[in-house]
Amino acid sequence: MEHGSSIEINTEWDIVAARQLGRNEAKETGFGTVDQARITTAISELARNIYLYAGKGVIKIEPVRAGQRAGLIITASDEGPGITDLQKVMEDGFTTSGGLGAGMPGVKRLMDDFRVETEVGIGTTITATKWLH
Amino acid sequence: MNEVMKQSISDNIDTITKRWVEQMKDNSSERFLDLMPASVVETTSREFTTLMTSNLSHREKVDKERLDEFTEKIIHFGWSIKFINRAIDTFSAVVYELFFETGVLTNSNLRQGMDIFSSWINPLRESIIEEYATKWEQTDSLQKIALQELSASLIPVFEKISVMPLVGTIDTERAKLIMENLLEGVVKQRAEVVLLDITGVPVVDTMVAHHIIQAADAVRLVGAKCMLVGIRPEIAQTIVTLGINLTDFSTTSTLRRGMQEALQMTGRTIVEEE
Ligand SMILES: Nc1ncnc2c1ncn2[C@@H]1O[C@H](COP(=O)(O)OP(=O)(O)O)[C@@H](O)[C@H]1O
Ligand SMILES: [Mg+2]
Repeated sequence: MEHGSSIEINTEWDIVAARQLGRNEAKETGFGTVDQARITTAISELARNIYLYAGKGVIKIEPVRAGQRAGLIITASDEGPGITDLQKVMEDGFTTSGGLGAGMPGVKRLMDDFRVETEVGIGTTITATKWLH
Repeated sequence: MNEVMKQSISDNIDTITKRWVEQMKDNSSERFLDLMPASVVETTSREFTTLMTSNLSHREKVDKERLDEFTEKIIHFGWSIKFINRAIDTFSAVVYELFFETGVLTNSNLRQGMDIFSSWINPLRESIIEEYATKWEQTDSLQKIALQELSASLIPVFEKISVMPLVGTIDTERAKLIMENLLEGVVKQRAEVVLLDITGVPVVDTMVAHHIIQAADAVRLVGAKCMLVGIRPEIAQTIVTLGINLTDFSTTSTLRRGMQEALQMTGRTIVEEE
């Protein structure tokens, strides 16, 4: 299987690098323009959350194949403060930074599978997968 | 001894240049010289070897002007720092060999020769690398400024109607600039309708959307109306999926449709001449 790539998020420009990589991987996997935009936007949201709330972290992008299906897994991990109330965070409009609060619920809708593992004081890992239909 | 060396180099400058070019072409993984026309290679290598010998007679002082000019040129050619380092190494090797062939260096004066060599080549290498880094930083920051200026200007297209075409990635800094230019421009141009064209924005995530909403609100506060145009279909879908509500200000798919609407809103139309 092809090996994925990862990008460290430290500055705002790393967010741009991460989504550029995501767009290329999505193209290569065979996603159309709409899904490419969805995947790129999801990466942008997750990478920015890392930058804003954890300071630094890593975005990993890897192609997957499960049986007949092919897809792309995005993993965003950080060792930041973690999320206290995950249920709230997944509601539209919840923000602690004066943002739109649409990132987390938005990513969940943009992607097919979405999983959050988080522990206060330890960090957060978000895994989101898009399948090729 | 410096003078003898200098003399030997200037007597043999053709040979040195020729050998340098050959060796650079031979063991080069980066093919900068192959990409350049022969005549340019000729003059550039000549300039390089001349620069390399410029500080040999009056030690420690590198010819600043020549250095400036040369560095600018090689940056323009796209030579990498690795390549430049190799160019200097190769030059040293070629000259060293030639000094032996011509008897300038012998086994008995080797030590003294090496001393001169290192106090000659090392500061030169430092100056070249330093100059390269400075020039490159200048170029880099100029490009950033150029991009900023290019990408957030409000253009008064018709009386009462202005357009701001947004091109490229919108980060926090650019978002601020966009807002400033927008408000300043609306007032100065007495615009009643502003078209924000996002055709050239690659990704519209929640942050970009947030900035757009804030910009539109601000425009409204100074008494004008903001219209979002140039929304590609895939971007429109993504925005909806994110759950962002842009119905507060009119959105049209193309700049042309937006312009027609803006004309209508300001009581005008475009008619075709008979
Ligand atoms: N990686 C993270 N670490 C800690 N907190 C996070 C992280 N990602 C999101 N959050 C929290 O979840 C909230 C909602 O995030 P999001 O839906 O992206 O909206 P926004 O970024 O606009 O606030 C954030 O305001 C923040 O408090
Ligand atoms: Mg967010």
